[in-house]
Amino acid sequence: MTDTVIQTEKLTKIFGSFTAVDAITFDVKKGEIFGFLGANGAGKTTAMRMLCGLSVPSGGEATVAGFSVKNQAEQIKHSIGYMSQKFSLYEDLTVYENIRFFAGIYGIERKTIRARSSEMLQRLGLGDQRNTLVGSLPLGWKQKLAFSVAIFHSPRIVFLDEPTGGVDPVTRRQFWDLIYEASDNGITVFVTTHYMDEAEYCNRISMMVDGAIKALDTPANLKSQFQANDMDEVFYRLARRAKRKSY
Amino acid sequence: MKQLLIFVQKEFKHVFRDKKTLLLLFGLPIAQIVLFGFALTNEIKDANLLIIDHSKDETTLQITEKFRASSSFSLRESVMNTSEMEDAFKRGSIKLALIFPSQFEQDLIHEGRAPIQLIADATDPNTATMLINYASSIIRDYQQSIATKPPELSIQIQHRNIYNPELKGTTNFVPGVMALVLLLICVLMTSVSIVKEKEMGTMEILLVSPFNPILVILAKAIPYLALSIVNLIVILLLSTFLLDTPVNGNVFLLVGVSIVLIMAALSLGLLISNSTNSQQMAMLISLMGMLLPTMMFTGFLFPLENMPMALQVFANMVPSKWYYIIVKDIMIKGLGCSAVWKETLILLGMILLLLALSIRKFKIRLS
Amino acid sequence: MKHVTLEGISKSYDSTKAVDEVHFNVEQGELFGLIGPDGAGKTTLFRILTTLILPDAGRAFVNGHHVVKDYKKIRKEVGYMPGKFSLYQDLTVEENLSFFASIFNTTIRENYELVKDIYVQIEPFKDRRAGKLSGGMKQKLALCCALIHRPVVLFLDEPTTGVDAVSRREFWEMLKSLKKQGITILVSTPYMDEADLCEKIALIQSGNIMTVDTPERIVSDFPDPVYAVQSDNMSRLLRELRGSDQVKSANAFGEFHHITFSGGTESMDRFLKGLREPMLIKSISPTIEDCFIHLMAAHD
Repeated sequence: MTDTVIQTEKLTKIFGSFTAVDAITFDVKKGEIFGFLGANGAGKTTAMRMLCGLSVPSGGEATVAGFSVKNQAEQIKHSIGYMSQKFSLYEDLTVYENIRFFAGIYGIERKTIRARSSEMLQRLGLGDQRNTLVGSLPLGWKQKLAFSVAIFHSPRIVFLDEPTGGVDPVTRRQFWDLIYEASDNGITVFVTTHYMDEAEYCNRISMMVDGAIKALDTPANLKSQFQANDMDEVFYRLARRAKRKSY
Repeated sequence: MKQLLIFVQKEFKHVFRDKKTLLLLFGLPIAQIVLFGFALTNEIKDANLLIIDHSKDETTLQITEKFRASSSFSLRESVMNTSEMEDAFKRGSIKLALIFPSQFEQDLIHEGRAPIQLIADATDPNTATMLINYASSIIRDYQQSIATKPPELSIQIQHRNIYNPELKGTTNFVPGVMALVLLLICVLMTSVSIVKEKEMGTMEILLVSPFNPILVILAKAIPYLALSIVNLIVILLLSTFLLDTPVNGNVFLLVGVSIVLIMAALSLGLLISNSTNSQQMAMLISLMGMLLPTMMFTGFLFPLENMPMALQVFANMVPSKWYYIIVKDIMIKGLGCSAVWKETLILLGMILLLLALSIRKFKIRLS
Repeated sequence: MKHVTLEGISKSYDSTKAVDEVHFNVEQGELFGLIGPDGAGKTTLFRILTTLILPDAGRAFVNGHHVVKDYKKIRKEVGYMPGKFSLYQDLTVEENLSFFASIFNTTIRENYELVKDIYVQIEPFKDRRAGKLSGGMKQKLALCCALIHRPVVLFLDEPTTGVDAVSRREFWEMLKSLKKQGITILVSTPYMDEADLCEKIALIQSGNIMTVDTPERIVSDFPDPVYAVQSDNMSRLLRELRGSDQVKSANAFGEFHHITFSGGTESMDRFLKGLREPMLIKSISPTIEDCFIHLMAAHD
């Protein structure tokens, strides 16, 4: 349980004269649920893009699943899964077509896809929806399905960008059940969220302010460090200090 | 009225702040005029001609000289045989071959007749026909000049190309480009800019305001009307000074009917924007629904008279067809109102129909 | 006085019911929250009330005007901020505001007092294009634009979605001060924790209004006592809770799980006796989210 799957060392991204990500250093252990928090514009998305191998850092170094983000982006993409609130699945394809497409991208064989997908759909309670268009599913189901598709190829790490935005409270909890299950299976979960109660479900949390990581610890330690009752307060105390806000 | 003014101001800001689109709007007509004017011409110039002369007498040399003098041909005399000639055709290095048989002059003098063979590359049939015609007329001219005595009965053909004596292609396409550019800007830009408000969500706010939605549409149309008129003037200036194709008729009449076409195009743009919800869709419909029919059925690329009846009937529904006729009448033939009132009325009818349709389809609510 | 009234409003798209026989009233000057997840029908209701779409059935009135017949009157009197950011990105802050003022036949100066508190925060950037503003700034500008004609009723469709916690707090502060100006405000949100900031709320799910009341009364109507529990291994605890007959409901709530017992204190005693490892338990009053989950189960 102690091997490190994400390690960054002064990872930096500069756009022109603007330092979007400012020398962040942290590591994430295997199977950990790592909450990546910060106000809008704090640099979360930019940092996440670098870790996914989509953007080359301006400085510093990071390894994801043992590969360097600088020159092994392709290997990284094979070892991770990704899901965001905005884009997850093709609305005009059926449930199974989506699974087959995304699993196919990672080179999983047709036979395997067929067997594993029916097992997965049973588990999600979507057994009868195999041939339903994804667009006609309720949002909550879509998000659960999208998560299952993102980890279908058993990645070492899954990146979740605000996966539960706008989802009803019951489905939101079911979604977190899925996250725990994935974590129990050794998949590292790297997640951003605006729901502060969800921050409590993470093993450790990093708080980004103005491109830099201003706090990183377990939720309990952060609360005692900032003498706060809940994560909402911790967040508020840190983010309030941001200078970048007034753009 | 003040509200409308402010709205129009806003529209102008949108237009002027989108530098790329602005550049495109003004670059497009200039590029088209220059392209059609200099690059894409259907006049024949310096076509590669091969002359195989098996006779080499005075007459064949004189004819060859005539061809050398013509600006239409660029001469490749050679001693090639027929199979080498075929290769040259295959390579595309020659477009036309002229073959004098041996003893050409003798045959002509003794028998009163001698054959000349013309072989043309007909992969492009229009060019081939034109080359044959040019070549034939050069030979005919020569024949007349050497005729010792006039034949007893002969019909002398005298032809004259009026309105365009030099057979310039520009007289054909300047009206075409005008129709194309005006339609493109008005239809495409208006429909896209209205649909953009829907996509951005600003239409929602505008609808939930006391602002009359019909005014939204009107305010959108005005900047593009102005832009189109500027474009029209640019085209006319280019045409007069760059292409030597001035307006022979009344310029104000021409601008007047152009505004009629612009209005027809604007009302079509409105209709499209009322029926779609995404910029992509509006663009696609505008391009497929406007650009293609305009290119095909206006008459400046393909003559309408040669089309099957059904397509000719369809062409009547394309506004630019009528505009093209009007512009040719005014600009090239120098005719006045009396010549173009019928076509103008047809365009006005189209405007009424389109406006009625788009007002009927106009929604004071979201879908 | 009732400022907004809905009587049996229904609306379907194709075969799906977006809202189903919705009834509720909003009093003049009230800060009313419409709370529910995405796809619950919040936007549809707002669009019906702002005369943007027609209901299939039922009647609704805004400031006494019928939403279908008197739509022109309503459009003069309401302010609306759609869920999607809806300003002209290529116009500056000031240009946007003066444009929206003029389409309502007014000027910035005329109603400056009303938006002053918000506008001063963005005024330093008044010559910046709206597209170049940060999320929080855009939202403030959008609110100014919706207010500039001094509306009688203000509709804010998910103004805090996708906005971080700091900006959310600031936004609610602004709403509170607006309320003091006597404007009736209807606001929709998927965030349950914002419910307590409203005077009255409607909880909506799948097109059905599950309840309409003050947040306090909704909480006090919760049928069972609620306890917060905590242990060293929260996910194992949750499984154990869900496996027990004594536990009626168990849901994760941040660092605690919220639970209710099926048979009152007896059940609780029995459950506590059977515990295999130490657990912290304390009595709490339920949150709106507890109520929402409870009502969802009751409605299924």
